[in-house]
Amino acid sequence: MDSYDAPESTPRQCASSGLKDYFIGATPLQKRLESVRKQTSFIPTPPRRKIPQCSQLQEDVDPQKFAFLLHKQWTLYSLTPLYKFSYTNFKEYSKLLNAFIAAEKQKGLAVEVGDDFNIKVIFSTLLGMKGTQRDPEAFLVQILSKSQLPSEHREGKVLWTGWFCCIFGDSLLETVSEDFTCLPLFLANGAETNTAIIGTWFQKTFDCYFRPLAINAFNLSWMAAMWTACKMDHYMATTEFLWSVPCSPQSLDISYAIHPEDAKALWDSVHKTPGEVTQEEVDLFMDCLYSHFHRHFKIHLSATRLVRVSTSVASAHTDGKIKILCHKYLIGVLAYLTELAIFQIE
Amino acid sequence: MSVLRPLDKLPGLNTATILLVGTEDALLQQLAEAMLKEDCTSELKVHLAKSLPLPSNVNRPRIDLIVFVVNLHSKHSLRNVEESLHHVDATFFLGKVSFLATGAGRESHCSIHRNTVMQLAHTYRSPLLFCDLEGTQVRALVREDLTCHRATKPMYHNY
Repeated sequence: MDSYDAPESTPRQCASSGLKDYFIGATPLQKRLESVRKQTSFIPTPPRRKIPQCSQLQEDVDPQKFAFLLHKQWTLYSLTPLYKFSYTNFKEYSKLLNAFIAAEKQKGLAVEVGDDFNIKVIFSTLLGMKGTQRDPEAFLVQILSKSQLPSEHREGKVLWTGWFCCIFGDSLLETVSEDFTCLPLFLANGAETNTAIIGTWFQKTFDCYFRPLAINAFNLSWMAAMWTACKMDHYMATTEFLWSVPCSPQSLDISYAIHPEDAKALWDSVHKTPGEVTQEEVDLFMDCLYSHFHRHFKIHLSATRLVRVSTSVASAHTDGKIKILCHKYLIGVLAYLTELAIFQIE
Repeated sequence: MSVLRPLDKLPGLNTATILLVGTEDALLQQLAEAMLKEDCTSELKVHLAKSLPLPSNVNRPRIDLIVFVVNLHSKHSLRNVEESLHHVDATFFLGKVSFLATGAGRESHCSIHRNTVMQLAHTYRSPLLFCDLEGTQVRALVREDLTCHRATKPMYHNY
């Protein structure tokens, strides 16, 4: 039976052995090697059990502080650990990045009509944006347009925002040495050209690597279940799903909207263990939706691809776009995304 | 309800019959064509079915190997396979059943976790192959594996 599974397990092994060669002799690494060896053994791992972080906020998050992060569409990237990054050098980083952006723009690589070269880059920490005490501090990078008028109190318009965070990133933190800062989740809002330039600067300066974080249908259904499970005082938006049917010449999209209270009622009837979400519950929740749809429209939604999930807590698209609507569950949503990012890095 | 049994018919002389079960017609067709292109000493017959049970009014040869094809992009295909498994006699699982999972390469399109299929194969004590039926090289790999698989089983008995 071993030989049949070989094609599947080899790629994962190669990826982790590449990382292994980089850090030599670290004990946490040897622990990880052990776990990798266990993974390639032939007993399949048990179904994942997730505890929704929804109702647990480790830090006392001030809603005002993070209000600017809500209701914005963020594009997700996974980021490998940053080498020799220091929270005290923010002023220097701002200057360097500012110069880099100006140089890139003048090179003509990313010139947009009406682009203002008078920009200012600001690095700042986001205090409290973490899951446990071990998580490194999250930080924010913003590109602001310098106002033309001489008045100092006038804040420039924010052109681009990007922030780096790590929520409950223990599995990654254990394996890296002191020189590295682990902030595996990167969220960007703004022009794609700016994201590319800033990404290049970070990659050159800290020897890290960005990769767009796609969310597959499996994870989207987990998100749908976890966010529906969150207790809300009042619902701001309907719960909506979007499926993409592969057919020629153009793909067909099926949208299914449910009243959020009905979705919650369905979840409550499916949910058994308090405080935990299991694979069976997620499957049952989605199967109820699929069978209801099939009864009415004779279409097997399970044969199509789930592309977008939208609830009152947050909405996510398979291309790696997320919009968080509720500050109460901000940390919970980010925790799951951090896990996906870490999984992609590994 | 008819249940597939491995030894309910006499074997054909010098022929082997493979049954492919899966919801994706195009996929099964590709796999069947790939298998038939392969040169082998004994004659190979490939039957395709969307699901089990098979209609009992058709005269068909003895099935030597069943391959259940699951598309990791579609939960529907997994449910279909799970339901079809109930119509297979337990003695079939002594080496005459194989699982094939496609679509693992495009991780972003997967709606089934790999472990789910691995768990299924483990429960039924049958081998599991992961492959993407997009490259000709991969098709060759699948052909090789399935042919080896076939070759190790006694295809005909001389009573």
